[in-house]
Amino acid sequence: MVAYRKAHLEQLESEAIHVLREVAAQFERPVLLFSGGKDSIVVVHLARKAFWPGRIPFPLLHIDTGHNFPEALEYRDWLATHLGVDLLVRTVQDSIDRGRAVEETGPTASRNALQTVTLLDAIRELKADAAIGGARRDEEKARAKERFFSHRDAFGQWDPKGQRPELWSLYNGRHGQGEHFRVFPLSNWTEMDVWQYIAAERLELPSLYFSHRRPVFERDGMLLAETPFIQLQPGERPKERVVRFRTVGDATCTGAIESPAATVDEIIHEIAALRITERGGRSDDRRSEAAMEDRKRQGYF
Amino acid sequence: MTHSNLALDMRRQEEPANGERASYAYRDMDLLRFTTAGSVDDGKSTLIGRLLYDTKSIFEDQIEAIHVASKRRGDHTFDLALLTDGLRAEREQKITIDVAYRYFATPRRKFIIADTPGHIQYTRNMVTGASTADLAIVLVDARHGVLTQSKRHGFIAALLGIPHVLVAVNKMDLVDWSEEVYRGIVEEYSAFAQKLDIQNLVFIPISALKGDNVVDRSEKMPWYEGGTLLHQLETVNVGADRNLLDFRFPVQYVIRPHQDFRGFAGRVVSGTIRPGEEVVALPSGIPSRVREVATYDGPLEEAAAGDAVVITLEDEIDISRGDMIVRKNNVPTVDARFEAMLCWMGDTPMDRSIPYVIMQTTRTTKGIVGRLVYRIDVDTLHREDAETLALNEIGRVEITTAQPLFFDPYRANRSTGSFVVVDPFTHVTVAAGMIRGTVQTAERLRPELRAGRPVSPNVVRPAAGVPRAEREARNGHQAAVVWLTGLSGSGKSTIAHEVERRLFEVGCQTAVLDGDELRHGLCGDLAFSAADRHENIRRVGEVARLLFERGAIVICPLVSPFRDDRDRARTLLPGGRFIEVHVQCDIDECRRRDPKGLYARADRGEIPEFTGVASPYEPPESPELVLDTQALSQEQAVENILEYLRSQGIIAG
Repeated sequence: MVAYRKAHLEQLESEAIHVLREVAAQFERPVLLFSGGKDSIVVVHLARKAFWPGRIPFPLLHIDTGHNFPEALEYRDWLATHLGVDLLVRTVQDSIDRGRAVEETGPTASRNALQTVTLLDAIRELKADAAIGGARRDEEKARAKERFFSHRDAFGQWDPKGQRPELWSLYNGRHGQGEHFRVFPLSNWTEMDVWQYIAAERLELPSLYFSHRRPVFERDGMLLAETPFIQLQPGERPKERVVRFRTVGDATCTGAIESPAATVDEIIHEIAALRITERGGRSDDRRSEAAMEDRKRQGYF
Repeated sequence: MTHSNLALDMRRQEEPANGERASYAYRDMDLLRFTTAGSVDDGKSTLIGRLLYDTKSIFEDQIEAIHVASKRRGDHTFDLALLTDGLRAEREQKITIDVAYRYFATPRRKFIIADTPGHIQYTRNMVTGASTADLAIVLVDARHGVLTQSKRHGFIAALLGIPHVLVAVNKMDLVDWSEEVYRGIVEEYSAFAQKLDIQNLVFIPISALKGDNVVDRSEKMPWYEGGTLLHQLETVNVGADRNLLDFRFPVQYVIRPHQDFRGFAGRVVSGTIRPGEEVVALPSGIPSRVREVATYDGPLEEAAAGDAVVITLEDEIDISRGDMIVRKNNVPTVDARFEAMLCWMGDTPMDRSIPYVIMQTTRTTKGIVGRLVYRIDVDTLHREDAETLALNEIGRVEITTAQPLFFDPYRANRSTGSFVVVDPFTHVTVAAGMIRGTVQTAERLRPELRAGRPVSPNVVRPAAGVPRAEREARNGHQAAVVWLTGLSGSGKSTIAHEVERRLFEVGCQTAVLDGDELRHGLCGDLAFSAADRHENIRRVGEVARLLFERGAIVICPLVSPFRDDRDRARTLLPGGRFIEVHVQCDIDECRRRDPKGLYARADRGEIPEFTGVASPYEPPESPELVLDTQALSQEQAVENILEYLRSQGIIAG
């Protein structure tokens, strides 16, 4: 019977594939939220497996803050072309231009929170009834209680106290008019699982994830990349260092770490020894103790 | 077609030239899902915080965040519980209000914790957390002893079919590390747990706050010789309860990229399948053969429970989502009426006039709860008459569905035996159900149900004459049925007769119902077809029950290859009195022993449908005892049975 034992990655993969197929079967117009980050890359790869030899039966949707690292965009376009899937892009700039959102000002301005407006508008415009994301429960405390199939009301809001119970592998995606679901196939994965899977499946990632030289400066104990999107404050002097990113989000709030890890295996070794969570490098979570929960309630990813 | 021919393949990294890859070090870990339940002050969050902290699964920024949060609250100690109490509402009330999932890993295993709140209004969360767990940790506060809440957690773990229950007696530091206090709790909880169907029950004295016996051994409790909590979690046998016999493949999604390919996507929820094997599709019943078990990574020689695959068949059959592919000779029950245990999770009580939506495997249909047989008081386990089920109440019901479901009893198959009930108007999940079987079976076994009177399945009509209790009192031991099942040649009869001899010598009332012996007389009219085997076991079960009611310890060595038959015999007796012993031995070893020359004859075709040769043997899913006769001496095997009887209080210690 030993041969039938399933290693943890196989179990996680099978679970995620099951969830993705449920989405295709239960919803009419799902979209896969794609950021160019490693988690959404893994979700796309799993979707590829779930519907093979058919194509992924839903489009990718990228909510573009306009503050991206160019490496992430290049990767995004390459992937969509190679998989032959539709890639839809909706921009925060467009939401601002149409008066749907107002740009933050000041040196710590970020468009991260504005993404919520663009995302909810896109969901309404596309009449999407499910939006698949790469979020994991281990990322942040509020996410620990997230369901695989997470209900959003007609205003896109999450009600953490009124969540549907989710039992066995029975996922209830039934919903009323205008409501939608966020679906998280990687719910049970940890950062380490994702990296192990990337290694095992030999997936290629945007170069940002690997060690490189780049001018960065320190703010609130974080290393931020020098980009045209960030206004430097007095005393902040970018200096070239050897860094890599653990997440690839909006360039204004994604912190780098100093690291010589240049391959997936080196990264795995490094994570095994690391003492800071990957979201610990994100200033958006640091705004208050319940930052993530507040954003999620309003319809954030 | 393999994926390498596909132009659409994802860009992959080059294979590294030198073989050494760090990722391989983690590839071989397995996965344990467990649930934790405890009351508000049992220290559950502290225990989880401790497990995470001591296994170094907590990062510096999280620790820092807790220091900040603790200080803001005016609390200057480091509160481990803050690590897990995620939502703002809970932080304010200082209680956990919803199922939260936590992750940690040791070099041996990855763990997923479903952390569920313990107070009464959240039974539904406990059921939710338990539904995917292989193990449950029940927390008991050493100062308060066994409270009804701890019992409720045990009951729910048993109800949801969790094979391993670990009772952590916490806050030992506050009772001066007293062995006596600990022993008292062990005794009380064991007595209670006897009424439940728990395969493996383990106790550990701990202090989550101080860390004793959680990850590191305690120096304060030298009297405790068992392993630490983490050691248990790392070594408990997972997957042993997986059903690898009954192939069930609920079709999830049909993949049809072009005219020449029609694949059925889904997960093998139990059993195994290979290309070339005969299958039938339900509900049509149309047979075919498996052409290929396809995956993105190439075709499989065999798929087993848990694998997400695409199956293609030799014939064009109309199959869609909600259908099920099974083996021709091993089909689930197909029925639109069944009995189930139902846990109500909706805010509005169950309404028997509403057709609810029933979701089971990949099937969705409407269903009406026709009858509430009884409601169970989760604190006392008493069955009571009731009109409906309200939030957090559990009861036994009969459900009639618009379309038939394909199911197995939950006890035998957690995937095909489970379902959820969805409100047709709000779309909210309002109940979780565990199927017991068809209504017809239940009625046939217990005709008194027809009168509509709720009756315990375990209570047999009282026999006229001297009641069993009086006989037991005079005998000085309890009555029981010890059922030894296993392949021919595994050693059942030898062990049975030796156990009887030992019991007889200490003055017990005993009887052995030997399969061979009975087949010469009582069952002389029966052959070895499946139907005759069912009848054979039915008769033996009934005779065992009669002798049991006369106060005897009845020992039944019978091949009894079918699980359903043994389970039926089990239902004739009160809980805890039917002791299923799996006498385990490789078929090759049995064949080598072949004490009666039966295998030789079966191989020559002289005995048709011989178990293990031409007829299947279904090992017990959760026997009370497993005796591996290749590893154990006959004497040890006998001693294990006697020890079990002692531990259950059936015979004196």
